[in-house]
Amino acid sequence: MTDFILYALLAGIGVAIATGPLGCFVVWRRMAYFGDTLAHSALLGVAIGIFMDINLNVAIAGVLMIFALLLGVVGERIHLSMDTLLGILSHGSLAAGLVTMALLIDVRIDLLSLLFGDILAVTVSDLYLIYSISVIVMVLLAILWKPLLTMTVNAEMAEVEGYNITFLRIVLLLMTALVIAVAMKIVGVLLITALLVTPAATARRFSNTPEQMALFAAGIGVLSVVSGLSVSWYLDTPTGPSIVLCTVLAFLCSMLKRNA
Amino acid sequence: MPNQIIELNNISKRFGNRSVLENVSMRLEQGQITTLIGPNGAGKSTLVRIVLGLIQADLGSIYKSGPMRMGYMPQKITIDPTLPLTTLRFLQLAESQASKCRSALVTMEVDYLADTPIQALSGGEMQRALLARAILRHPTFLVLDEPVQGVDLNGQSALYNTISRLVEKLNCGILMVSHDLHLVMSATDHVICLNQHICCMGRPEHVQQHPGYTDIFGHMTAVYSHSHDHHHTLQGQVVGSEHTHSSECEHD
Repeated sequence: MTDFILYALLAGIGVAIATGPLGCFVVWRRMAYFGDTLAHSALLGVAIGIFMDINLNVAIAGVLMIFALLLGVVGERIHLSMDTLLGILSHGSLAAGLVTMALLIDVRIDLLSLLFGDILAVTVSDLYLIYSISVIVMVLLAILWKPLLTMTVNAEMAEVEGYNITFLRIVLLLMTALVIAVAMKIVGVLLITALLVTPAATARRFSNTPEQMALFAAGIGVLSVVSGLSVSWYLDTPTGPSIVLCTVLAFLCSMLKRNA
Repeated sequence: MPNQIIELNNISKRFGNRSVLENVSMRLEQGQITTLIGPNGAGKSTLVRIVLGLIQADLGSIYKSGPMRMGYMPQKITIDPTLPLTTLRFLQLAESQASKCRSALVTMEVDYLADTPIQALSGGEMQRALLARAILRHPTFLVLDEPVQGVDLNGQSALYNTISRLVEKLNCGILMVSHDLHLVMSATDHVICLNQHICCMGRPEHVQQHPGYTDIFGHMTAVYSHSHDHHHTLQGQVVGSEHTHSSECEHD
């Protein structure tokens, strides 16, 4: 097997094991639209990175984390529903990213690979980045599992019981931002939310505990990456969308299971 | 150990230019049930949230006699159906030992709910699950926001009885929000009638006669000025009749 397909496989698996458990929180806390907004703002990160001539990964991660903090901290204080605010920011940042990149006329950017991912172009240094972030996210989730679950059940009750809700919320937002920053390479900014939400939703139908759901979501994500890559390899279809399609197919299959 | 207290001194709170609380002073004591009553918009929830430290008062101070464990039972808990969480697992978020959680459920007479998804619990069952959680956490003070909402009349008095038994068991202080004095009469030591300021406070029989109370609630005849002489299981069967009247019980 050629190197690039092995790298692609490793990258996809590395992302899927982080998006699985984190995606569960996205589903439980109804943050899907939030994930979408963050993902869209990644384009702005690319534009800023090129403009300021800094490492693109750093620029993307930086912009995403700033957006996550702004949404998490300022979003609470603005007299707009979160839904409306996200609707404005999500497409506003996507448009801003596209316009900024068009203004950088002397730079050629493969826009399609940003929008839909380019997993076959993953390099060894990308792999290091993906696995460091996946490990960081999993360690944080393991440490903060109980506080995060308690906060998900009821934030005020958790706060009264002594949990630092602001801290927990920010950590969760930053983790989401980081995972989106690396998942972008795999499926692109337009499809990332599917990688967070769909395996978690599928796993729900087979799980009796939150831990099971997180584990199954990671497993379903990994399976989708493997099968999506295979499909893309044999049928010569775009890889990112093929992976996402596999997660959706898995979800549809799970619907066949009675009662959940 | 002496009883812990929480003292609120001249608490005021505004939201925008609307004054919600004016000069509210009160005292909560461990081992006592204090009930906060008042009409809608009286500032009950705001006051509760100030006691809990969830929001800050604009003016006034709060004194706590020492470090204490607070417990909070929100009016309603909405958990997304995608979270697979049984009642037992919900309790295990507070106490990891399953056996302790099960015995807390038994104490609250809802052990049959252990494997039920938390989202499927009725209002009364949820309150009992939350009380079980309180047993596990041993709070110094427990704050209950309208604990009987969405519970039928019989269930309400049963729940109040359970709450007063719980105070003895845990030796905690309880601050409870209610909008109906008659039902809580038998289960409370101290009543505070709030309508942005404190209209009156004292023992329930005293408050009921107070002009400040009757101004707000009118002269209503008591639905319950006595305790139920038996109680029901959650399924409605009558159990036991070992009830004895307390000295405060004034009916004949």
